[in-house]
Amino acid sequence: MSSDNTSTNTQAHTQPHATLVKPGVLALLMDAGRFGQHGLGLTTGGPLDAEAFFWANALVGNAPEATAIEVSVGGLELRADTPLTLAVTGAQMPLSIDGKPQPLWQSHRVPAGSLVKLAFAESGARAYLAVAGGFAVAPEFGSTATVVRESIGGLDGKALGAGTTLPLNPPADAPALARLPEPLRPEYATTPTLRVLEGYQVAHFSTAQRALFYSNEYSLSQQCDRMGFRLSGPALKCALGGIVSEGICLGAIQVPADGQPIILLNDRQTIGGYPKIGSVFTGDLHLLAQLMPGAKVRFAPMDAACAHAELLLAERRRQQALKQLETPS
Amino acid sequence: MSDDKRPLLAIETAGANAMIAYFGAPDAGIDDQAASAVAACASALRAAAPCWLVDMVPSYGSLLVTYNPLEADPLTVRATLKRCAQGEATAGRVSQLVRLPVYYAPEAGPDLEALAERAKLSVAEVVSIHTETLYRVYAIGFAPGFAYLGEVDERIAAPRLATPRTKVPKGAVAIADRQTAVYPAPSPGGWNLIGRCPTPMFDPKAEPTMPVQSGDQVQFYAISREEYLALGGSL
Repeated sequence: MSSDNTSTNTQAHTQPHATLVKPGVLALLMDAGRFGQHGLGLTTGGPLDAEAFFWANALVGNAPEATAIEVSVGGLELRADTPLTLAVTGAQMPLSIDGKPQPLWQSHRVPAGSLVKLAFAESGARAYLAVAGGFAVAPEFGSTATVVRESIGGLDGKALGAGTTLPLNPPADAPALARLPEPLRPEYATTPTLRVLEGYQVAHFSTAQRALFYSNEYSLSQQCDRMGFRLSGPALKCALGGIVSEGICLGAIQVPADGQPIILLNDRQTIGGYPKIGSVFTGDLHLLAQLMPGAKVRFAPMDAACAHAELLLAERRRQQALKQLETPS
Repeated sequence: MSDDKRPLLAIETAGANAMIAYFGAPDAGIDDQAASAVAACASALRAAAPCWLVDMVPSYGSLLVTYNPLEADPLTVRATLKRCAQGEATAGRVSQLVRLPVYYAPEAGPDLEALAERAKLSVAEVVSIHTETLYRVYAIGFAPGFAYLGEVDERIAAPRLATPRTKVPKGAVAIADRQTAVYPAPSPGGWNLIGRCPTPMFDPKAEPTMPVQSGDQVQFYAISREEYLALGGSL
């Protein structure tokens, strides 16, 4: 036992780490999500913009599910206590290292003692900050994803606070610096059309109600968080009142009695009893994740076979893009 | 559980990586046969353990299945679900009877007296009706460890509060329509509170994490204030 303690202590001294000086609006430690735990009522969590999360890790040579920080809106400051390599992707949140502006979508070497700042987003809403090796956090129920509502994941199930020491895994090898070429980066639309797989109780929405849904813009209300985005626009009527509670998947669009759709996201409750018209295509959810309250979205129906093919193509494009990473000048 | 097998009603697309099998109509209410069919299908799928299976949410009359779209296409998932739904119930986990202590009193259940009054029963009658019923765990969700139990005897069924409470305490035993539950953690809620249970319904550090699982049976029994406090309850 005592030798274990000694080794832990030694590790604590040599383990690379950083200090979160300011969390900004909301900073959460996040891996790819918590899967296989719905039986306990645990939600998945995980990055709202899975695409940007993937690239943040890829650019520092991490495994796709390595723990990174999801930064909402911005205002984060991090001090490198030991040298590290980091990358920021996602929203246009101006990045600076020791006051010097640095580009997103590429990795940077940060000397010990440097201050990394992410200003408030100029466009978009969420950025991902990954460090080579990943943040060293013990998984809970198989994942490090922080779900504040459930007090699970991250550090003590909480959003990161000022002054927190963040332990890092030592990177296997010093990763080569990399940049995702601009044409390969995700395009974030200002008024995206989110494609919808019709399902669940769609048969209980009349043709007229479906036409209303697809022919109008809906705006994001103030009630938007990691659990779900509540929209406002023309009210939809479902022929069913309540339903018996059933499982809710990522992106499901539920329509409560007031007719205002709610898109359920990563921290959604696992089951619920409102009728659903279908679900937003998972490949479009990163577009939604980058919007702020007040932004508008449109919807378009999508065929399930087409959705499946698109997911396979997206994965193939990712794998191709991984081979086309540039060395930053 | 039942020999009388409930046919699969439909398998619907839920999302680009999720499908839902219905054994009861979404507006059909609580149905024991549908619940048995859900449990049998979930256990068959768990036993088959296809590489694409990511997660499952069994509920009253439906089974939501999340899959990895890089490992299977929707047709494969649909075919597997259909097979699991139609196969004989495999020898899955045997459901257990879990007995949970409850301190029934106005100080622990602020809606107990109003519920009794509404039902034109005494508080003691409400307690005895609530404790003599054997409840089935129909679903787990809403929050970690929140088990939906049914069905509450019609005499003590009560609609949700017009204005939900912003904070329901941990361990609160509650009724909504013909469902009953124990709140695993403090949360907002609109159910009628009739008592408090000192048994933790979700403890991430315990093994098992929850005292009940979907398909189990639950029976409540009344305890005194002293017993409640001695079992670790707080007021």
